[in-house]
Amino acid sequence: MIKNLDRTEIGLLIALPILIIIAFILPKWLVNYVHVSMGTGLVALGVMIQMRAGLVSFGQGLYFCVGGYAAGMMAKFYGITDFFVLLAVGILAALVLSALLGFLLRRYREIFFAMLSLALSMILFGMLSSVEELGSTDGFNLPTASYLGWSPTGETAQLTLYTLTCIIAIGCAIALNRFLKSPIGYINEAIRENELRVEYLGTSAHKAVHITYVLAAVVSAIGGVLWALPLGHVDPEMTNWTTSGQFVFVSILSGTGNIIAPMIGTFLLEIVRVYAVEISPNTWQMILGTVMLLTIIFLPKGLWSLITRKKKATRDDGASAPIAGE
Amino acid sequence: MNNSVRKKAPFGAALDNTTSLFAAAAIGLMTTFAAPSEAQAQDSSVKVGFVTFLSGSAAGPFGVPARNAAELMIEAINAGAVPGPYNTAGIGGSMIDPIFVDENSKQKNADYLKLVEKDGVEMIIGYVSSGSCKAIAPEAEKAERLTILFDCGTPQIFEEIVTDPKYTFRTGGHATMDSVAAARYLVATGAPAGTIAGINQNYAFGQDNWRDFSGTMAQLSSDTEIATEQFPKIHSGQYGSEISALLTSTPDVVHSSFWGGDLEAFIIQGSARGIFERSKVILSAGETAMHRLGAQMPDGTIIGARGPHGDLAPDSELNSWFRKAYFDRFGTLPTYPSYKMAQALLGVKAAADKAGSSDQDAIIGALTGLEWEGPSGTVSMALANGHQAIQGTAYGTYKYDKDTSSATLVDIIHFPAECVNPPAGANSIDWINGGFEGAKCD
Repeated sequence: MIKNLDRTEIGLLIALPILIIIAFILPKWLVNYVHVSMGTGLVALGVMIQMRAGLVSFGQGLYFCVGGYAAGMMAKFYGITDFFVLLAVGILAALVLSALLGFLLRRYREIFFAMLSLALSMILFGMLSSVEELGSTDGFNLPTASYLGWSPTGETAQLTLYTLTCIIAIGCAIALNRFLKSPIGYINEAIRENELRVEYLGTSAHKAVHITYVLAAVVSAIGGVLWALPLGHVDPEMTNWTTSGQFVFVSILSGTGNIIAPMIGTFLLEIVRVYAVEISPNTWQMILGTVMLLTIIFLPKGLWSLITRKKKATRDDGASAPIAGE
Repeated sequence: MNNSVRKKAPFGAALDNTTSLFAAAAIGLMTTFAAPSEAQAQDSSVKVGFVTFLSGSAAGPFGVPARNAAELMIEAINAGAVPGPYNTAGIGGSMIDPIFVDENSKQKNADYLKLVEKDGVEMIIGYVSSGSCKAIAPEAEKAERLTILFDCGTPQIFEEIVTDPKYTFRTGGHATMDSVAAARYLVATGAPAGTIAGINQNYAFGQDNWRDFSGTMAQLSSDTEIATEQFPKIHSGQYGSEISALLTSTPDVVHSSFWGGDLEAFIIQGSARGIFERSKVILSAGETAMHRLGAQMPDGTIIGARGPHGDLAPDSELNSWFRKAYFDRFGTLPTYPSYKMAQALLGVKAAADKAGSSDQDAIIGALTGLEWEGPSGTVSMALANGHQAIQGTAYGTYKYDKDTSSATLVDIIHFPAECVNPPAGANSIDWINGGFEGAKCD
């Protein structure tokens, strides 16, 4: 079975038990950041797989929010608290919406794609901000999740949710890694390089972009549900452009080299922010900005290039291990 | 020789790259973070977390004035320099050791837990935005840490979200009072109010304010009609078309809960087009802008301060000390977020002194149902089993004093707490629509 997995996937599978064990070793507040970072990290993943096709989505918050709100509304209006139902509803909502919007967005590239995705996410922001039933800009609260009839409380509830979040996040990462190595994954890279040639070679760029867009939307919605449940609260800020911009930034900062990069990048950025606030509560943005600037100047291909650089050095020395994971 | 070492099986290489990163991160973090929370328990100081907006659009009008007031009050409390019954040093004998955190964060709950678990704070005072309060209140009950919401306005906190609070308190009145008192002021001054119009920002606070105000007007004078309701986007800055709509519908009264830059923009644009002459304008948060605008604010505008704060505050030793100390230090007069922060801190001090301890449980016990004097008058924790404060409020009419070139308020009317707040157990909207059952307005 191991033979069918590439190195990234093996790494992810090994990381899974480690992530779960962390919950018992690390202090609770830190585990909390790991937990919420997995939710937002999945959205960054969604941004990243679109970047592979040269598409920068400045509105990925749209699906982050659709996921969170769909799950939240299910709980608010129908009293359903089952984790798996809420997750399924979040996925379904994003699937339907993105499949429809995909017909429009797949025709645009570069800045037009970025602006259009931004506009769509801001339409949702405007709509949610004026709906009083959904708490307007204040949003509304979600209940504690139950699991197939089992409703844990307190510490057990948090651990259950955390473990499931780990499993789903790692599962999504492996699935997307597979996707990047599938024919469509490679077509996406070709689209980024030269779309005209892709069409001449007899394949449809529109179709590939459409599929990628839907996949990114679904994974972002999963992120939205997994983020909203531990927080217990959703508000329209989830689809504001500042949130979407942060996802793009994380993707650029961590690099598009590997599926794991955006997940780790999200967490590292979160920790840097936490300490920046602690050191200087009034000017923490300066510290964060400096870190980002330095990363871009010295690691233009993102944090992940630290690891690929090492790998390349090893290979140039004579060892010719095939590189599969990128 | 090295080659053989470097040549690794793919499996080993994967271990090397990905897992080692995770493992290194985990181990590194463990060693860095596990230690510090222990050795901080000093017997004479108490750690308090303060969360307000230190960046973003709400920082200027709300977050920073609140932080300034916190800094001022902490220094004064620790030095025992506050007048009146508060002239002992510290709270319950312990010095306040503040930790400031920016509310402008996407991970508010994780930041909250970090304060509780890593920094080991005894209590948290903060939260300006109602959205933050909604998210934090259940978290506070879960984390079992004393949390004092000092500013946010939504009545939902204790009416819907945490109905049986143990650790959550709110030392400021909720937003219902602003709108009810605004309508009562209109009626009390006998201003014509046959048709009313609203211009409020299209977000939760603006929508709630207009709903409560129009609801109260409908109860107080049954023949009131709504001429137009305008809900421009928050921070839009240009209100040309909304002002046109307000002018053409010729209402007797225009109500607005604008604040900050939006408020100033509306006053300047609206007064240029004569809206303040044609209609009576009520600005429920106008006090924050009146000193900045001075002569640009039209005379006769009805001004509120979301409580008896600022110029509407009663004349007391504590209030004059607070205004002077604040002005001397920051060069501006304190606005209502500053008052609300001072009120929260003095409530904590009153409770801790009464219990003789700065211990969380002691403060919770003493703060529940407590009544104390703040710079804006008496505050009493009367609602939600003694966890939600009520307070009287006041409105006044603006008058620019040309001789001293200063902004003043005349015809100030104070409304007692029981007159403008729903009684314990009642839901705000139901209370308004049911004709203010149990209101005492003498």
